[in-house]
Amino acid sequence: MAEVKLFRTWSSPFALRIVWALKLKDVPYDTIFEDLANKSSLLLQFNPVHKKVPVLVHNGKSVAESFVILEYIEETWKHNPLLPEDPYDRATARFWAKFGEEKVLLSIWEAFNSEGKEQEECIVKAKENLKYLEEELKGKKFFGGERIGFADIALGWLADYEGVFEEVASMKLIAEDEFPLLSEWKRTFADAPIIKENWPPRDKLVIKFQAIREASLLKKLGN
Amino acid sequence: MAKSDVKLIGAWPSPFVLRARIALNVKSVEYEFLQETLGSKSELLLKSNPVHKKIPVLLHHDKPICESLIIVEYIDEVWASGPSILPSDPYERAIARFWASYVDEKWFPAMKSIAVAQDDEARKAAVVQVAEGLALLEEAFQKISKGKSFFGGDHIGYLDIAFGGFLGWLRVTEGTGGIKLLNETKTPGLLKWADDFAAHPAVKDVLPDIGKLAEFSKVIVAKMRAAAAAPAK
Repeated sequence: MAEVKLFRTWSSPFALRIVWALKLKDVPYDTIFEDLANKSSLLLQFNPVHKKVPVLVHNGKSVAESFVILEYIEETWKHNPLLPEDPYDRATARFWAKFGEEKVLLSIWEAFNSEGKEQEECIVKAKENLKYLEEELKGKKFFGGERIGFADIALGWLADYEGVFEEVASMKLIAEDEFPLLSEWKRTFADAPIIKENWPPRDKLVIKFQAIREASLLKKLGN
Repeated sequence: MAKSDVKLIGAWPSPFVLRARIALNVKSVEYEFLQETLGSKSELLLKSNPVHKKIPVLLHHDKPICESLIIVEYIDEVWASGPSILPSDPYERAIARFWASYVDEKWFPAMKSIAVAQDDEARKAAVVQVAEGLALLEEAFQKISKGKSFFGGDHIGYLDIAFGGFLGWLRVTEGTGGIKLLNETKTPGLLKWADDFAAHPAVKDVLPDIGKLAEFSKVIVAKMRAAAAAPAK
């Protein structure tokens, strides 16, 4: 029995971060796929506070929240580090990961779940946030520099899921001319070893997110 | 290290700024506190934190570090010879980070909901949410402190600082609402912890005066309620 278990769903971009981190560090693990409509008793036992994926269980002890799990993985399996050594550079990586989560993801998700004028306004906000990422990539191959780092893993959903959001919601966010560096980073990251082998099937993602968007828009009409 | 090497841009009422100040105090780091004028943002702040334009910002050799918990980790890593803020064991560090994240993402927003509640019913619901959160934190405290005074054991640590930053606001909320959020029945551990934390040498001189904070909160809450009641665009 492997001492590392990962509770995930096939589609969760948050759980995918943990897949990447474990594989980049060559850590063997077992996967437990959850159906969030029918959560297992183990999941509820290991993440009673949030009842969400991902959850990492290492030697029977559980860690929840993707960024917390990433830091745990980094500190437990020290080879192929995801964070740089210098404290200032570490703070910078953590800053961009947090920015990605709190501003970029949120603003793109709002644009995804809206339409018409409201969506246009959300797109403006989302692009303002994306501009900061574009700036940060100046002179760098990855947010982590020459190699994939903590911030790349945190932002990695942009390299695949974001394209799905654009398609499903009929919007354009990361255009080549407006965001050349981000566009290039998307390609480089999506195609990197480990990363490219683990994207969930795109057609399934489209179907899933189409359903999510329809439900959101319907809910808004009901208000 | 010269005092001018370390500067903190902040303001006395901010729970996030407080976190940074306590962390610096734990490590006995001398620093210059650059107090922002409330209601306006200095050039230095805008230049140092162009993305968020928010306090706190730590300036170390003029390089800015933003986001309170990121600042706390930075302080822990740079001044490594001082008392540790995060525990050394990776699993214990994960627990501390998990609960700090819970405080920021779930508990504090519920606290804010009490302040902006438009009617009694909404307020009561918000108080229930906050109390549920405190019950979880009480349980966590019992497990993590292992009978000692703080989440960090004998010394204040990351989670003490993360949660403790809000102690002043918690007290003000109790006073304004006439409610005992921390009490002997439901949260005996946290009740004692709060007193121990407030009295700690790294905390007591920077914890805002509750009376002053209560006065200030009236202004802030009015703004928050106006923003919450504003019609959606």
